Amino acid sequence: MDHIVIIGNGISGVTTARHIRKLSDKKITIISAETDYFFSRTALMYIYMGHMKFEHTQPYENWFWEKNRIELKKGYVKTVETKSKSLHFADGDTLQYDKLVIATGSKPNKFGWPGQDLDGVMGMYHKQDLDKLEKYAPNKETCKRAVIVGGGLIGIELAEMLNSRSIPVTFLVRENSFWNGVLPSGESEMINRHIKNHHIDLRLSTNLKEIKANESGQVTSVIIEETGEELECNVVGLTAGVSPNIDFIKESEIETGRGVKVNRFLETNIKDVYAIGDCAEQHQPIGNRRPIEAVWYTGRMMGETLAQTICGNRVEYKPGHWFNSAKFMDIEYQTYGLVFGERSRPNYEKHFHWKHEDDTKCITIAYDKSNNKFLGINTFGIRMRHEVFDRWLTEKRDVDYVMNNLSEANFDPEFYKRFETDILFAYNQQLQIA
Amino acid sequence: MSNKINHSMSLAKPDALDITTKQKVSLATGIFGLFIFILALFNTNFPNKGTFLTLALLLISGGIIVYSREAYLSKLEGIKNDGQWFKSISSRGVWGWVLGLVLTGFYIVLYFYPKYLGLGQGINDANAGLVGLFDPLSQLLSGRDASQWFVYGTLYTIAILAFGYKFILKYKHNKYQQLRTFSVMFFQLGFAFLIPEFMYVMNNDLPYYDLKSVWPLNYYIFDEWSVNGFLSNGNIGLALILFGIASIFVITPILTYKFGKRWYCSWVCGCGGLAETAGDSFRHLSSKKMSAWKLERWLIHLVLVFSIVMTTAMVYTYLGYDKNDFWLTRGVFIAMVIGFLTLVFAGVMFFKRQELGKDAKYGAIGFFSIIAILLIMHFTGTTNHVFYIKGGALRSAYGIYIGSIFSGVIGTGFYPILGSRSWCRFGCPMAAILGFQQRLFSKFRITTNGGQCISCGNCSNSCEMGIDVRHYAQKGENIVRSSCVGCGICSAVCPRGVLKLENDTMKGRINPTEVLLGNDVDLMELVNQK
Repeated sequence: MDHIVIIGNGISGVTTARHIRKLSDKKITIISAETDYFFSRTALMYIYMGHMKFEHTQPYENWFWEKNRIELKKGYVKTVETKSKSLHFADGDTLQYDKLVIATGSKPNKFGWPGQDLDGVMGMYHKQDLDKLEKYAPNKETCKRAVIVGGGLIGIELAEMLNSRSIPVTFLVRENSFWNGVLPSGESEMINRHIKNHHIDLRLSTNLKEIKANESGQVTSVIIEETGEELECNVVGLTAGVSPNIDFIKESEIETGRGVKVNRFLETNIKDVYAIGDCAEQHQPIGNRRPIEAVWYTGRMMGETLAQTICGNRVEYKPGHWFNSAKFMDIEYQTYGLVFGERSRPNYEKHFHWKHEDDTKCITIAYDKSNNKFLGINTFGIRMRHEVFDRWLTEKRDVDYVMNNLSEANFDPEFYKRFETDILFAYNQQLQIA
Repeated sequence: MSNKINHSMSLAKPDALDITTKQKVSLATGIFGLFIFILALFNTNFPNKGTFLTLALLLISGGIIVYSREAYLSKLEGIKNDGQWFKSISSRGVWGWVLGLVLTGFYIVLYFYPKYLGLGQGINDANAGLVGLFDPLSQLLSGRDASQWFVYGTLYTIAILAFGYKFILKYKHNKYQQLRTFSVMFFQLGFAFLIPEFMYVMNNDLPYYDLKSVWPLNYYIFDEWSVNGFLSNGNIGLALILFGIASIFVITPILTYKFGKRWYCSWVCGCGGLAETAGDSFRHLSSKKMSAWKLERWLIHLVLVFSIVMTTAMVYTYLGYDKNDFWLTRGVFIAMVIGFLTLVFAGVMFFKRQELGKDAKYGAIGFFSIIAILLIMHFTGTTNHVFYIKGGALRSAYGIYIGSIFSGVIGTGFYPILGSRSWCRFGCPMAAILGFQQRLFSKFRITTNGGQCISCGNCSNSCEMGIDVRHYAQKGENIVRSSCVGCGICSAVCPRGVLKLENDTMKGRINPTEVLLGNDVDLMELVNQK
């Protein structure tokens, strides 16, 4: 009987294990150094905010694993020996595998800032980061100010977390507007204002120079690169993106770039070794996608796909239309298809942008200006149906069709005010001007 | 471990989020209002009861209103659950237990020892104490002295109105929540509280009848005194009892088919109304374990069986044998009940056998046991006795154990321990019937938005009925569960816009999937066709 060993108990690894179990009777072991059981990483913030307890972030009850004969091993894999198909743990233990799945996810980026490893400096990715935050920022008396470095999805979540305990936050963002590498300017600027409305000290076009500490190694302040200003603080959150968490295989024969190199079947250069999720790097990007996609959904989809391959039905990883979602403080964001921000926008892509006067709702629809083909939508504060946009993208609908049928895609709760008429009106107005 | 899982035993919990000075003042105001009740309870002789009662009620509602305005109006619209698992009162901390004990104690006194509330303890059996304090209001509304039920009804209504206001502010961005809350406030104030009082004024022989309270929740509607009360009051009484019957067999199924059981449980019902308003701070305490779900399914259906058998037996004992007295004799009645149950059972087995899976077996066992029980009753029953015990004893056992202890003492008293809907979830026979209809014959479902779920658990955490919503959402599967009361909080708290309550066609309502939307289309087809 094949022994499938999965390193990493995140969404990718666990999805693989679950689907292998559905399809076969193979022996399955999941290894993690982080926690005993699978939990939803995206929900860590809600524990600190007091919405949930840690146990609520675990999608399966503890009996689930034994019932489904999925063995769990807590331990840190130090090295992988592919010739003898064995794993060596930090505590000296070893484990044999027949097939190995690397699903170790990401780790927060650090860019060599002076002081980046001091006490009170942390990312917000692992369960251990949350424990650290609880230790260094339990309340506003212990943590008089926190500085967050890096304006992405994790940065704004960390700001929301600290805000929930009334801890003053200074938010350093390298770009001149929040997350505008991804978001078009209208949306990005709306989020800037929303952040400030939450009394967060948002500093755009601002970089970290160094982090200072007292004699016991505790953070006391940060220095800002541009102005040289010194900001007193007790906690520094480093949230300038993530990169694959693969240091432990650098010594092995498995090929790595930024991540573990895989082909379209999620196979590495070594037979019977696979990599999925945040830590996998495609040799060639798939369509307009990035070679590394550190997103919950892609991790899950790779897990669904790889389980097929491992169980004898070798299938290519072919993700469907891109989609994603996030929440910026109180504003929900969903995206279907591809909408590019100014910096990386292809020149055939044109945008229609509508924003509600209350400054918490807007949409941006991207289309090909040569043939009016609908390319994608970003929606803020209005929920939309995944299924409908997925279908429209497959059917290659044009932008007029999408605009005229937008109400079909609405997914807001019942009795909510609807904006399709306003949006269509604005769209037609714009056409007349253009 | 951090994360506040271990509660400090200190009452002034160091980690609890601070409340503002204004909130402290309003809290004190409310407590002062309650203090007037305490004084009344200890037979303080207030010079002008009407004034003090008004003062107490105003202080309590005013305290809640000011507290809520301070809590929500100063903040931006959004989800306001910060610190709910840190606060002692809403996370089974010391204050949670204290409140639980106080509420439970109140219910025990209310149901079993009303004399301690002052009922009939004054001169010439007049009221004293707390009940006495409420006499002026009762006199004003219906021209009679208060009872312990009037006191309870007033406090209940105040709780729904004041905490309903709080809830509306908490969800000021959510129209569904606001309308739903406005609806329960309206039905409580009008149908449960005022209309029955006015009906008494118009015709004081009519039994108390809260029109929105349907059998089997309203388990006394078919009691002999109640039926006699209705029937001896001419056309209006007859109309009321016919309405009661129509509610069960016609109105309820139609509305549940169209809207799901939420039309009742979270828009109309008084028990639900209290749970959604005053109980809102405790909704996350319901257990989401599989074991709790198993217990729930056994318990609620046993209560349903108990209530059907009890009601049938009650009606049975006051019917005659001879059809010359009245066409509805015992024999005819039993035949009708068995006939109706058989019709329902056969219909379900015929149309929904596939959906039920192995539960069909339990359903069949349940059905045949009820039939057997009813037949045994028919052939062994005498004028006063069914199952060799007094018919009245069965009825009073139901009243005490289900009507009082389960729904009141445990159902509401344990809010801070078991969550706000333990009665609705584990005990309410009405919820069982509506849930049965909702699961099998309703357009209602909670739609899951393709592959957008991130398994965060906010939905499951805030489900007062203990449904593991995430279990379905993360599979891209719609939620069609008999226990769902359609409160919509799962949808409200979802950070990724994954859940939507809606009434759509029956077709494709239940949609189990293997691979989620967003993945390779060929792969999805491949695994889903299996």
